[in-house]
Amino acid sequence: MASQSFAKTGLLSRLILRQDRIRIPLWLIGLSFFTLIIPIAFIDLYGTEEQRAGIIETMQNPAMTAMVGPADFANYTLGVMTAHNMILMTAAVVGLMSILLVSRHTRGEEEDGRIEMVRSLPAGRLSNLNATLLIVALTNILLALIVGFGLYLLDIESLDLEGSLLYGAVLGGTGLVFVGVTALMAQLSESARGTTGLSIAILLLAYLLRAITDVSNEKLSWLSPLGWVTKAEVYASNNWWPVVFMVVFSIILLFFAYYLNAIRDLGAGFIPSKPGKRHASRFLQSPAGLALRLQRTGTISWAIGMLLLGSSYGSVLGDLESFFAGNELIEQMLMQQEGLTIVEQFLPQLMIVVALLATIPPIMAINKLYGEEKKGRIDHLLGRTVSRTRLILSYVIIAVVNGFVMLSLATFSLWASGTAVVEGGLSFGKIYGGALAYYPAMVVMIGISALLIGFIPKLTSLVWLYVFYSFIVLYLGGLFQFSDWVGQISPFGFVPRYPVEEIDFLSMLVLSVIALGLIAAGVIGYNRRDIE
Amino acid sequence: MSILKTTNLTKKFGKFTALDGVNLELNKGEVLGFIGPNGAGKSTTIRVLLGILKATEGEVSIFDKDAWSDAVEIHKRIAYVPGDVNLWPNLTGGEVIDLFAKLRGSSNTKKRDELIEKFDLDPTKKCRTYSKGNRQKIALIAAFSSDADLYILDEPTSGLDPLMENVFQECVRDVKSEGKSVLLSSHILSEVEKLCDRVSIIRQGEIIESGSLNELRHLTRTQMLVETREPLGQLGNLKGIYAIQKKGQSTSFQIDSNEIDNVIKYLSQFGIVKLESAPPTLEELFMRHYEGTEDRVGAGGTD
Repeated sequence: MASQSFAKTGLLSRLILRQDRIRIPLWLIGLSFFTLIIPIAFIDLYGTEEQRAGIIETMQNPAMTAMVGPADFANYTLGVMTAHNMILMTAAVVGLMSILLVSRHTRGEEEDGRIEMVRSLPAGRLSNLNATLLIVALTNILLALIVGFGLYLLDIESLDLEGSLLYGAVLGGTGLVFVGVTALMAQLSESARGTTGLSIAILLLAYLLRAITDVSNEKLSWLSPLGWVTKAEVYASNNWWPVVFMVVFSIILLFFAYYLNAIRDLGAGFIPSKPGKRHASRFLQSPAGLALRLQRTGTISWAIGMLLLGSSYGSVLGDLESFFAGNELIEQMLMQQEGLTIVEQFLPQLMIVVALLATIPPIMAINKLYGEEKKGRIDHLLGRTVSRTRLILSYVIIAVVNGFVMLSLATFSLWASGTAVVEGGLSFGKIYGGALAYYPAMVVMIGISALLIGFIPKLTSLVWLYVFYSFIVLYLGGLFQFSDWVGQISPFGFVPRYPVEEIDFLSMLVLSVIALGLIAAGVIGYNRRDIE
Repeated sequence: MSILKTTNLTKKFGKFTALDGVNLELNKGEVLGFIGPNGAGKSTTIRVLLGILKATEGEVSIFDKDAWSDAVEIHKRIAYVPGDVNLWPNLTGGEVIDLFAKLRGSSNTKKRDELIEKFDLDPTKKCRTYSKGNRQKIALIAAFSSDADLYILDEPTSGLDPLMENVFQECVRDVKSEGKSVLLSSHILSEVEKLCDRVSIIRQGEIIESGSLNELRHLTRTQMLVETREPLGQLGNLKGIYAIQKKGQSTSFQIDSNEIDNVIKYLSQFGIVKLESAPPTLEELFMRHYEGTEDRVGAGGTD
């Protein structure tokens, strides 16, 4: 009986490998390359202890702890520095990889009706889940080994064998945890979107929980799976317990996932669905209304995420101030800027993260237009009295408004929670001004999506690479001392770091004009091409 | 008066020619059957008619307007039912019907409720729970509750049960009696025979036959069974007779429709006891065209 539930797992595993023969290697190559290039870059920039002493000054504060986690600054070797700056963010991306791969092959396949075909063949009830987990778990293990041995083979003094293997194991372990999380969510939710959305929400919550607890009470960080990443103290004390926790935790999650999968009906979930409305509300009866309605849950979830992100960053600002209050040296160093408090000088760094994360939901909103096309539902609209211009502009406007709302929500909650903890409060104008400076660049990104949808829809997802590139060069730009042009390949590279820098209205105007041009071109292209 | 007309419509996807000089014409108050095997280009043609695909060559006009550039204007008077209805899984059937009505412009709520009743649909369910037939019903209800002048139906009854198929046929007859035009692409030949005034047959992107059912029947053969008092002579020598088979006293054969008169005159010499004739079905017509070259219609006037 038990063995029958898993019949044909091998065959299905090969099917998954065949489908993902490009996707999985791309993830592995991308993540390994990205991880291995960092210490090589660091050795040029921060090879000596003196060079690292400079970076310690800027890293050793609660705001940075919230972003990348704590570190042993007394023993800040190149290895410790690499792990401190990179491991948490990389682990989060590995978690994302697991989420996307598992969701696609479990609930995604089921939703599209392919699991029904498989189940009608002599394959076991749990075989597809089993095959998916097998392949994605192996992907994570392979990643752990490549990264582990890869880092060691770089032959850099402080990157010893044990630390390197632990580095890889932590990444792979985080991947396994999110394999478990997603497998469980795939049973609870009825749709692939829901599965991915819930799993990413858990990933973000784990990150925020770790951020808050790392600053307030480090012991509580053990509650977050992403807290375990920094608790491993790679290249310092090399603690393997977190990896054990990760493996055990993912096995527990998988056990529940298997159990729920075995007892539920095909196509059903455990989060109950309510009976729906008999008629459409007035709001739904337009292309824009429909687009908004389809993204309702996702938009609300992102809005909540943005509020949480803003308030967690804001809550750290109080600690930041008291941290610097006693340190005259740093106070002198930072006080060069007149009329600005220490907190205000730290704002631009937080704003980059807030602005780039706030760019994700509007891009999802506009890319949905192509997603609908692929699902064959655009014909319903274009076959009626909806013009292509009206259709694409509906999505553009939703995206543009969405981005504005997300940015504003995050900024507002950052200000609200920041002003509560910082003595004397914060200037709302300075914070909101700093955030709005990013808005034209965000609209340029939306414009690029519109352009791709208009002319080469198959390549729409390329925009995500561009967003990722922007994040890397801006977030890590200071650390790696890139030349200006590297940042300025991205529209975000032209955004002034207000309030430290002056607002540059000319570049904002130029970005806005470029954004409008891209959108106009996208509309023209969309009017000319065939719908798939 | 011509409602819909394509002239030399050609559509290429890269090097592949999906449609090769398609000519279609649909007049006011007429039901045109559009038949052809899978992959012949029926849906591609319909998507060009709707301005969703752009014709590579040729002219496509509906209501004397260009199908591509005046799409929105044209669609105000068109109702479309796709063959494969993909709906939004998290909206209810009722919501989708209302949405579709609103997107077209006008709608008739009384007619909508009547049709929901007739098609026996529960509009409060989410679309992800609907079967193929139920999703098809939603598209049909949305189409027939609208006040269109042209109905474009792409295999509209796939997935419907026989009872619902009847309801559908009733709907088509109703709109026809109101003087509306219908383009009906279908595989179900009995349905086409019942509903259509004229038929166009497409194969590998080309229209290979067009005309009224009567005209097309002239192109094919009638099945006959005859029993005579005296033994039949050399039937095989006659023009237009095929597939002669002796079954005891009686003989069955196929006969070119334009040779019927001659053959009957000949048969009557032998004293006819029993004569049965079956008109060619669309099925036979269809099969003849698709079975390939071996048995193509040779004789008879094409139009």
